[in-house]
Amino acid sequence: MKDKIEALRSKFSSELKTVADLSSLEELRQTFMSKKGAIQDLMKELGKIPNDQKKDAGQMINSFKQEVNEHFEARKKELEELALKALLDHTESYDDSMPTGNPCGSYHPITLIQRELEDIFESMGFDVEDYNEIVDDYNCFEALNIPKFHPARDMQDTYYLTTPNQLLKSHTSAAQNTIMRKYGDKLKKYGRPIRAVFPGRCFRNEAIDACHENTFFQMEGVMIDKDISISNLIYFMKTMLSEVFERDVTVRLRPGFFPFVEPGFELDIQCLICGGDGCPSCKNSGWLELCPCGMIHPNVLKHGGINSEEDPFEYTGFAFGLGLTRLAMMKYGVGDIRVFNDGDLSALSQFVSR
Amino acid sequence: MLVSMNWIRDFVDLDGQNIEELIHRFTLSTAEVEGIEYKGADIENVVVGEILSCEDHPDSDHLHVLKVDGGDAVYDVVCGAPNARTGIKTAFAKVGGRVGQMKIESAKLRGVVSNGMCCSEKELGISDDHSGIMELDPALANGTDIKKVFPIDDIVFEVDNKSLTNRPDLWGHYGMAREFAALTGRELKKLEIMENDYTGDKEVAIEVRNTDLVYRYTSVRIENITKKESRMQMKIRLFYCGTRAINLLADLTNYLMLELGQPMHAFDGNKISKIVVDTPKEAIKFTTLDGQERDITTDTLMIYDNETPVAIAGIMGGLDSEITDDTNSLVLESANFDGVSVRKSASRLALRTDASARYEKTLDPEMTLTAVKRFMKLLFDVDKDAKIVSRITDSYVKKYPVITIDFDKKFIDRYTGIDISCDRIKDTLVSLGFDTAQNGESFTVTVPSFRATKDISMKADIVEEITRIYGYDNFAIKTTLSPLLPAKTSMLRKEENMIKDLLVKAYAMNEVHTRVWQDPDELRDLGLKVTDNVKILGSADDQGVLRRSLMQSFLPVINKNKNYKPSFGIFEIGRKVNGTRADGTADEVRTLGVALYSKAEPEKQLYFKGVELVNTVLDELKHKKVNYVKTDCVFDYQHPKNTSDIIVDNVKIGVINTVHPSVLAKITRNAAIVMIEIEMDTLLGIDADDLSFDEPSKFPGIDYDLSLVINEGTRYENIEECWTRDGFKELKDVSVIDMYDNGNIKSVTLRFRFELPDRTLTSEEVQVDIDRILTNLRRVNVELKL
Repeated sequence: MKDKIEALRSKFSSELKTVADLSSLEELRQTFMSKKGAIQDLMKELGKIPNDQKKDAGQMINSFKQEVNEHFEARKKELEELALKALLDHTESYDDSMPTGNPCGSYHPITLIQRELEDIFESMGFDVEDYNEIVDDYNCFEALNIPKFHPARDMQDTYYLTTPNQLLKSHTSAAQNTIMRKYGDKLKKYGRPIRAVFPGRCFRNEAIDACHENTFFQMEGVMIDKDISISNLIYFMKTMLSEVFERDVTVRLRPGFFPFVEPGFELDIQCLICGGDGCPSCKNSGWLELCPCGMIHPNVLKHGGINSEEDPFEYTGFAFGLGLTRLAMMKYGVGDIRVFNDGDLSALSQFVSR
Repeated sequence: MLVSMNWIRDFVDLDGQNIEELIHRFTLSTAEVEGIEYKGADIENVVVGEILSCEDHPDSDHLHVLKVDGGDAVYDVVCGAPNARTGIKTAFAKVGGRVGQMKIESAKLRGVVSNGMCCSEKELGISDDHSGIMELDPALANGTDIKKVFPIDDIVFEVDNKSLTNRPDLWGHYGMAREFAALTGRELKKLEIMENDYTGDKEVAIEVRNTDLVYRYTSVRIENITKKESRMQMKIRLFYCGTRAINLLADLTNYLMLELGQPMHAFDGNKISKIVVDTPKEAIKFTTLDGQERDITTDTLMIYDNETPVAIAGIMGGLDSEITDDTNSLVLESANFDGVSVRKSASRLALRTDASARYEKTLDPEMTLTAVKRFMKLLFDVDKDAKIVSRITDSYVKKYPVITIDFDKKFIDRYTGIDISCDRIKDTLVSLGFDTAQNGESFTVTVPSFRATKDISMKADIVEEITRIYGYDNFAIKTTLSPLLPAKTSMLRKEENMIKDLLVKAYAMNEVHTRVWQDPDELRDLGLKVTDNVKILGSADDQGVLRRSLMQSFLPVINKNKNYKPSFGIFEIGRKVNGTRADGTADEVRTLGVALYSKAEPEKQLYFKGVELVNTVLDELKHKKVNYVKTDCVFDYQHPKNTSDIIVDNVKIGVINTVHPSVLAKITRNAAIVMIEIEMDTLLGIDADDLSFDEPSKFPGIDYDLSLVINEGTRYENIEECWTRDGFKELKDVSVIDMYDNGNIKSVTLRFRFELPDRTLTSEEVQVDIDRILTNLRRVNVELKL
C-alpha cells in the first residue's frame, strides 16, 4: 500500500507540474479525487488488507488524500491569480480622447435670453404674459395714443393684413391695453400693483441685411400703481439691467419721443466693453442705446381702463421695451442678425443651454 | 439736422460757456447729438495775400509763378489756378501753415521753388467751389488772418432727425437757441425783423380754395432786386449746415428755413399774378424745379398762378416759376400747410425735401408772418435798393387753439418722485417760452404757439419740460413702495418650457425660428404650392401669404440643412393661421411644430420615434394617453397613408405624418421625414390627470408572455381591447418585449404581469385570465404565434 501511494504521489506531482489552466487542473482532480478516481481505488483495496494493517493503511490514504487536496487547492489559487492577471493584462486601456457624438439639442438664442429675463422679472414680482402675433389697429396704435396720421402706421413699416383692421404686431406695446384690462381690477379692488412683462415676436417691413430684420423679438414691461414716479423708473431700470448684465451698470436717460409715454426716454447704458472710454462697439460715445422707456401716457392708462376721465392721474406707471434680438446679439456675440430666422443648424446648434 | 454754434450765438450769448459740455447737455435734455465737427480747426496760418505778379511757369502749360505779398514778406508761389492774375487778393497759406489734410511746406514744383499756396474755397472747407483761388475784397490789408475776415471757425453738431419728430420748433436755429438759453439760464435775444415800409394798399392776390389743407398763407411782393450773390458769411453758414449756396434769393429762403424752421418759396415776381392754393380737379403732370416731370394726384395740394400750377405745396416749386439769375422781383411764399397731407404727398411722389420734412412735423402757423419780416430784414441788409411793392398779405385760414394748463407743485413732486422748487419750475417754463402765472404752489401756463401744434397739451407734458431741463442725471432715485407679491409662472409658459426642455434634452432637437408667411420660391423648389390664406395687404400674387402650417416653413429649413447631419430634429413653438374666424378675423393658432429627419433610420422607425415623442409629451404634461386616427391629407406634402390625427380625451390636438414621396425626392433620396404639429392652446385646455400612486405589491407576481401574429390591417389598439375592455383586476401591466416584422409576418411578444396587493396569485388563477384573453383575441382573429 505504501508503495502504491508513493507511486501515485510521484505521478500526481509530475502531472500537477504540467497543468497550465483551470480546466486541466479540474481533469486532474477528477483523476485522483472523484468517486472513480485513483484515491477511491486505493480505498477499495483497503478491504483486501489484513485487519491489523487496515488502520495504518487507512490513515496513509487519508493523509495522502489531504495532501493531494492541499496541492490541488494551492495550484488552483495560483492558476486563478494567473488567469485574473491575464484578464487584466489583456483588457484594453480605452482612449478617452476619442471624439464622441454629443446627443445634445439646442435652444433658440431668443429662448435662452427670454428665459433669463423672465426669471429675473419673476423674481421681481412680474407676471409673464403671452400675446398674439396678429393684433388689431386699436391695440397696436389707437390704445397707445398713436393717432391716425402717425408715421408709425404707414404701410411701408407695418404689415397690414387682408383681414379687417388687423396687422402683424409692430411692437410688443400692442399688448399693453389687454394687460391693463386683465389686471386692472386687482389693482383697483385689492391694490395689487400691475407688474407684467410680455415678450413676443414683432414685425416691420424692412429690407433684410446683417443688421436689419423684418421679424424680431421684443420684451415689454409695465408697472402701474399709485404714485409711481420717474425716480422709481430710473431706479428700477438700473436694478433690472444690473441683473441682466450681472454687474452694476451705469444708466443715463435722454428725452425720447414715443406717443405712448410722457415723458419718454431713451435709456443708454455705459458701454460694457470699454467702460465708457469709447470703443467701436459704442461708436466712441461710451454709451449704448439700450431701451426706450417712460411714464405711461395718461391717454394710454385711460384706454386701458386704469384711470377715469375725471382723475387721469389716479394711477401712474412706467413702461419699457427691451430688444430681445439685440440683447441676444450683444450677449452671444452674434454679428449677423440673419442667424435668428435662417434656420441654419450649424449656427443654431451652438446655442446649448448652460 | 446740422446746427452751427456761431448761428446759435446770434441769439444767445454763450460767452464763458464750455461749448462741448453744453452740447453734451443738449443730448441729455433735448435731442441726441450724433457728432460734432470743429470747422476751421484744420486751417492754420492762412492770410490775405496780394498777387503782385503772375508769370507762366517755364516748364508747364498751366502753372503760374506768382509773387505774393503775404503782409510780412513777398513769397514766390507756384499756382495752377486758372484765375490767378496780377492785382487780385486771395487766401494765402504760408509755409508752416495747414489747409485741411495738407501741411504747407516749401517745395519745388517742376524746378521752381514754391513757398506757400493760394487757396480755393473748397480747400478752406467753406464751400465745394474748386474752380479757382478765392478772390477777396481788395480793401483787405495783406497779411490779415483769413479767420478774421470770414467766420471759418465754428462748431457744428448733427442732431438725429428722428429725435426731433415731435419738436417742430427745433427745425431751425432760433428754436435750438431757445434750448441753449434754457440750459444756461441766459436770455434768448429777440429776432431782428423789418416792418413793411410800403404804405399803399396793393395786396398780393391770394385765394385759398382748399381750406382743409391750409392753415395760413402769407406773402409779399418785392421788386428792384439788383444784388445776385449772398454774403460770404451766409454762404459759409449754409454750407456748414449742408446746403449749397445758389443765388441771393434762393439762399435767403434756405437761410430762413434753417434759422426759423419755416420753409419759404420765392416765385419769380414776373410770373405770378394771383396765388391760388388748391388740389387739382384731375391728375396732372407737373415739372418740378429739379427738371423732373411728376404725376400729381387729385389729393396733392398745389400752388397755382391763376389756373397754372407753379408749385407742389410744401414740397417743391416748379421749373417755370423758378428764381433765376435774371430775376429782379419776387413773390414770397411763407405758408403753413397740413402736415399729414404734405407727408402723404411727399411719400407718394417719393420726393422728400427739407421743406416737406419740416411741414410734416406740424409747424407753428404763427411763424409765417415773422419769417416774412425776417426775410425782408436780411434782404435789405444786402440789397438797399430793393423795393417792397405790396402789403404783407396774410390769409390765416385755420388757427390752433390756445392751450393753457393748470398744475401744482404737488403734482410735479408726485410724478417725478423728487422735490423741484417752485422757482425752478417757473424759471424753466419761462425760459422755454411758456407764459407762466404762479399763485403760491399753483401754476397756470400758456403753451407757446410753437409747442402747441401737437407737442404739448397736458400736465404730463409739462413734467417732461421741467425734468429734462432739470436733468435726469440729477435725479435722486428710489425704489417703489408697492407691495411685493409673488408672481407665478403661467401654465401656458410652463408647458412651453417643459416641451422645449424635453425636446432639447431627451430628443437632442434643435429649436428654430421661422417666418410666419409662406415663401413661394422655397415651396416651389419642393414641388409645393402656396396655400390660400390671410395675406399681407399689398403683397403681390403668392407673396406674403401667412402659413397654414408650421411645416410649410419647416420643409425649406430641412432642405437647407439636409447635409448638416445624417439625422436631426427641429422644432418651434410659433404661430400659424387657419384662415379666418366667423367674424372675419384671422384665426391665429399657437402651434408646436416638430420635424424629424433621417438618412440613417428607416421611415417606419422614425415614425415611431415621432409617436413616442408625442406620447411622452402627453404623459409628461397631462399624464394622459394618446389615440391616433388615420385621416385624409390636408396638405400636399402629407403622405396619404401615414397622416393621423393626434387625439387626447376625444379632442384633436394635432397631426402626425410622414412626407409625400414626391416631396422627399426633391430633398434627397433615401431620407425620411416625420412631422408633428400640436395646437398649443388646445393642449393647454386639456386637464392634466392627477398623478396616481400605486403601492407596489409585497407579494410576488406572475409574468406570462404571449406572442401574437398580427394580420395586415389590424391595429394594436384593437388587440389591446381584448384585455382592457373586460377589466382584469389581477392584470397589472402589459409591455411589449419583442416585435418581429419581416414584411410578410408581423408579430409582437407581450409580457402580461399579474399580481394582487394582498396575497400571492396561483398559476391556476392566472391561467383563467389568460384563457379569457385568448378567447377575446380569437374573436378579433388574432392567433398565437407557434
